[in-house]
Amino acid sequence: MAKGIWVIAEQRDGKLKKVTLEMISKAKDLAAQSGEEVTVLLLGSGVEALAADLGAYGANRVLLFDSEILKNYTTDAYTKVIADAAKEGQPSILLGGATALGKDLLPRVAARLNTGLASDCVDLRMENGKLVATRPIYAGKCIVEAVIPESFPQMASIRPNVLAVGAADASRKAEVVKKDVNVSQDDLKAILKEIVKGASERVDLTEATIIVSGGRAMKSAENFKILWDLADAFGPGSTVGASRAAVDSGFASHSMQVGQTGKVVNPNLYVACGISGAIQHLAGMRTSKVIVAINKDPEAPIFQKADYGIVGDLFKIVPLLTEEVKKLKAQD
Amino acid sequence: MDIVVCMKQVPDTETKIQVNPQGTGILTEGIKYVMNPYDEFAVEEALRIKEKFGGTVTIVSMGPQRATEAIRTALAMGADKGVHLNDAAFEGADSYATAKALAAAIKKLPFQILLTGKQAVDLDNSQVFAALAEMLGIPHVSVVTKLEIAADGKSAVAEREIEGGAKEVIQVSLPALFAAQKGLNEPRYASLPGIMKAKKKPIDLVDLAKSGLAATDVGEKGSKLKITRFSLPPERQAGKILEGEPEQVAAQVVKLLREEAKVI
Repeated sequence: MAKGIWVIAEQRDGKLKKVTLEMISKAKDLAAQSGEEVTVLLLGSGVEALAADLGAYGANRVLLFDSEILKNYTTDAYTKVIADAAKEGQPSILLGGATALGKDLLPRVAARLNTGLASDCVDLRMENGKLVATRPIYAGKCIVEAVIPESFPQMASIRPNVLAVGAADASRKAEVVKKDVNVSQDDLKAILKEIVKGASERVDLTEATIIVSGGRAMKSAENFKILWDLADAFGPGSTVGASRAAVDSGFASHSMQVGQTGKVVNPNLYVACGISGAIQHLAGMRTSKVIVAINKDPEAPIFQKADYGIVGDLFKIVPLLTEEVKKLKAQD
Repeated sequence: MDIVVCMKQVPDTETKIQVNPQGTGILTEGIKYVMNPYDEFAVEEALRIKEKFGGTVTIVSMGPQRATEAIRTALAMGADKGVHLNDAAFEGADSYATAKALAAAIKKLPFQILLTGKQAVDLDNSQVFAALAEMLGIPHVSVVTKLEIAADGKSAVAEREIEGGAKEVIQVSLPALFAAQKGLNEPRYASLPGIMKAKKKPIDLVDLAKSGLAATDVGEKGSKLKITRFSLPPERQAGKILEGEPEQVAAQVVKLLREEAKVI
C-alpha cells in the first residue's frame, strides 16, 4: 500500500530553492488531512546542513543522498536515485518543482515508474484520499483539475511562487536518514560538461517577484537599459522580461520572453512597457498579482488587464518611475 | 544520419479558448490549427543536420485527420516522409499514452537523432520528450538552444537553457533525443516548389492494429493522468487609468504600488 507524501528538495550551490519550502508547506497540509508523513529527498554533495531548514518547515524525515556524483544535476543520476528510492519506499504522492531541473527530471521519473504526472500545478488538494491537482493549460487561458486514479506515486510538479510558505519552527527536527547512492559514471549517458552563467546574475523570470517587461515600442536592444535601471531600483528578486515582438525584433534574448511560447510568470508586480497585450502575451502574465501598463495607445488591450494604466511615452515615464522608486527606497 | 521528428498540431497561439458548458473539454469550433511552435524548431534542426550529414528526416505525429496538414507543412519544409498515428483509440491520451504510441512507431524506424519540441503549447504537459526517451532507452537533453553533432556522427554536444539565462553544456552519445527550445534556429518557410513536392511525399498511416499496441495501452484508456474538469480562469478587471503630467503620474503610481497594492 503506497503511503507517505514525498517532496524532492531542490538546491543549487548549497542553497535551497524557495519552491522547496512552498512544496513542503503544502505537503504538510495534505499530510495532516490524510494522516500521512512528509518525507523530503535531498540530493547533492555536502548538503546535510540543509536538513535543518527542511525539518523546520514541516519535513518529518529527510532521505539524504549525499555524493560527489550528485553535486550538479544530471538527468540520469537524479532519475536513478529518485526512481529507485520511490520503488523501495512506495510513496503515495511525489512532488517536485516545475523548475529547469524539475521539468527535465520529473517526466523521466514518472515514465520510469509507469505513473502519471500533473505538470506545473498551481494548487493541490485531497479528495476521497486522492490527490487533485489544479493546473493551467494553453499557458493559462484554461484551467483543469486532474487526478492519477490508479497508479502510484501520484506525481505533480509545482509552479514556483504560487503556494504560500508556512511558518518555520526551528525546534522542529526532521529525522535524517543517510542513503547509499548507487550511481556510477557508467550510468551517465548524458554528461554535464559545463555550466555557463547568464549575462546577469538575476533571478529567473519564473521565480521573480517583480518583472519590468518591454515590447516592440522599446525600439532597440540598447533602450532596454531603462528597464534594467527600473528593475535595479526595485531591488533583489526583480528582473526584466520581453514580449514576443521584442524578442523577434532582436531587442531581447528568447530566454527573456514572456508568453505562450516563452515563460509563464506570476510575479507580485508586472510592469508592461510598450506592450500592446497580444492574447499569447496576456496568457503568460495574467496571474501576476498587480499589473502596471505603460503605452502610448489608449486602446491597447493591455489596459483591459492592468490594475494601473498610464497612457504616455514610456521613454519619459520609465526613468521617472525609477527616480520615484529610488526616493521611496531611500526612505525605507 | 537518420532523424525522426515528433510533431503535434495545436491551436494557434492567438486562439481564445472556450470551455464547453459541461466543463469536460474545450470548444473546438472555429479553431485554427498550426504546427506546435516548438516543433518547428525541431523540424528545422533536423533539416539542417540532414543538409550537413545526409540521411532522412521522418515526421511522426499522432492526431486526428486534420494533423495531416501539419505533416504536409513539415514535408514542404523539406522532410522526406511522414508517419501519422490516427485512430479513435489514440484519442484522449495523456503524455504517457502519447509517448507509448509514438515509441511503438519510432521503434520501427532507423534513427540516430530524435527531435521534439520542449512542449506542446496546448496542454503544456512538457513530458512526452522524457517519457519517449525513457521508453526507447536513450538519453535526452531538454530545452535545447544549440546542437552540434560530432563529425563522426557518434555523439553530440547540446546547450540547454536553465535559470536566469544560464546554460548547461551536455555531451551525449547517439542515439539520443533533443527537445527544442526557441532560439535553437530560425525555422524556414516552405517554398512553393517545396509545397508541390510535399504532395507526392509518402505519409504512412498507422492505426491501432498497425501500431501493434493494445487498446488499453493507448489513448484515454492507457492514460495515467485524467482531466476531471475544465474551467476558465477568472477575468482580470481593468483598473485605474492615471492621468496628468508624467512627473505626477510616476509619483502617483509608485505611491499606489506601495500603499494600495502593497507590492513594493
